[in-house]
Amino acid sequence: MTTVESSLRLRLESAGRAPSLPRLTLVELRKFLDTRAGLWLLVAIGLVSAAVIVVTLIWTPDEDQFLGGYFADSILVLSLLLPVLGILLVTGEWNHRAALTTFALVPKRGRVSVAKIAAGGAAGLGATVVSLGLASAATGVAAISGGADWSIRWSHVASAALLLVLSVLMGIAFGMALLNSALAIVVYFFLPTIWAVLGSAIPALRTAAEWLDTGQTMPALFAPDVTAGSWARLAASVAVWVALPLAIGLLRVGRREVS
Amino acid sequence: MIEIHGLTKRYGDRTVVDDVSFACRPGTVTGFLGPNGAGKSTTLRMICGLTPPSAGTATVAGRPYRDLPNPGRRVGVLLDASAHHPGRKGRETLILSAMTIGADQSRVPELLDLVGLDATAGRKRVRAYSLGMRQRLGIAMALVGDPEVLILDEPANGLDPEGIAWMRRLLRGFADRGGTVLLSSHLLTEVEALADRIVVIRSGRIVADGDKDTLLAGTGTLVRAQDLDRLRRALRDGGLEPAPTADGALLVSASLEDVARLAAAAGVVPTELRAANGNRLEQLFFNLVDPAVGATS
Repeated sequence: MTTVESSLRLRLESAGRAPSLPRLTLVELRKFLDTRAGLWLLVAIGLVSAAVIVVTLIWTPDEDQFLGGYFADSILVLSLLLPVLGILLVTGEWNHRAALTTFALVPKRGRVSVAKIAAGGAAGLGATVVSLGLASAATGVAAISGGADWSIRWSHVASAALLLVLSVLMGIAFGMALLNSALAIVVYFFLPTIWAVLGSAIPALRTAAEWLDTGQTMPALFAPDVTAGSWARLAASVAVWVALPLAIGLLRVGRREVS
Repeated sequence: MIEIHGLTKRYGDRTVVDDVSFACRPGTVTGFLGPNGAGKSTTLRMICGLTPPSAGTATVAGRPYRDLPNPGRRVGVLLDASAHHPGRKGRETLILSAMTIGADQSRVPELLDLVGLDATAGRKRVRAYSLGMRQRLGIAMALVGDPEVLILDEPANGLDPEGIAWMRRLLRGFADRGGTVLLSSHLLTEVEALADRIVVIRSGRIVADGDKDTLLAGTGTLVRAQDLDRLRRALRDGGLEPAPTADGALLVSASLEDVARLAAAAGVVPTELRAANGNRLEQLFFNLVDPAVGATS
């Protein structure tokens, strides 16, 4: 077989196959970075995380200066901001009618949604690594000025990774369910907050809040003792705030007319 | 090859597209013509699997669009030139499409060049593009997978005359190499110059479908007289349906001789009598799409 023939055969084969999920995920990851808004959002998230660590470095008492502490601070900030990235990854398509192009190329919309979820998960893991890097840099700086404490609980790193992945997924889920950037961001920030306020104010709701307020179930992963109950409560809150909107979103994206 | 059968779209009790059927063959350009709001875009979106039809089927390259494994490699689609993220650069937008469908990314600069967007334009964000530049980018996106079918919604919108001539050559060449082209337009002259076949849609229904030459042959005879009302009555009495033109003549689907005979029998002196030409398709279009325009003049 000549080179021309084999390259033609290769071309025909790739033409007949549906785009693979890894390929679609790479495309979605690229979409995080290739718009000005996306790039600046990432830069801003990085800068804010770094700033929080610097604040800790300068103003926190010495006994709290350690790798795990810096890491926890930056994770807190990331878990607030990363969901916005997830929301925009989904709603950006619909606000600018880019979905028209995306779904003309990939008519199986579920595959695009799965690729976005995978890209979101990768972003959550990536953020954990970056966060660990920033915290290590801070510990290095602290070492110059005297005491460097490299202690960190690796179970916390794993929990943090899970927390960040879930946060991005929650953003993606809200984005898919609402399909509008502004609406999704507002609802994302207010709905769980309102729920948290109600949960703490109304005694009758207190037990429900323990199970369904991610503001309580997620930090529980960083408590000294993580019990089976903590995991059960986390699962329940994730079912309500991640799985449910995600299910609604997958249905909506699958059915919505693109025009 | 595009084949559509009985395609229908209803929103509530409003029927936007009503039992539309036609086919586009390889090697031809089909002009899908109709005024704004006639259902052209909805029909094209249904063909591309973006809008679920209420009834009917559409196949592209032998299969429903949504069942094509990698449609970007078989069908080039341009439905809305503005449907891109405005914050993304033109070149990057094209690379994303190429990546998605596994097309050769090294062809991207060549494609941008082909559609008349230079390297500087490729580095600009789509927000800064004029409508004409967006159309060119959209055509590059449609071509990136080296498809055999092109489906283009109003591709001439926003292009300058030179751009329109360029696109005409591009699509003609594509069809001459065996490709199938379906393009919609409300610009009649655009379609007349390019299409082999014309499908006219009005209020969701197909009102004319055929070879361009056959359709245009039916446009018949142009006749003018000082006593236009009497001429019109004479032609109607003779079983013809005269349609007034914008400049006060009548257009009749009949031979010169028949028209002359009826006029003579009624004692009307024609001041002009000739085979209709010039903006032939425009007359056809207005006759088909909006007979009311003529009836009142």
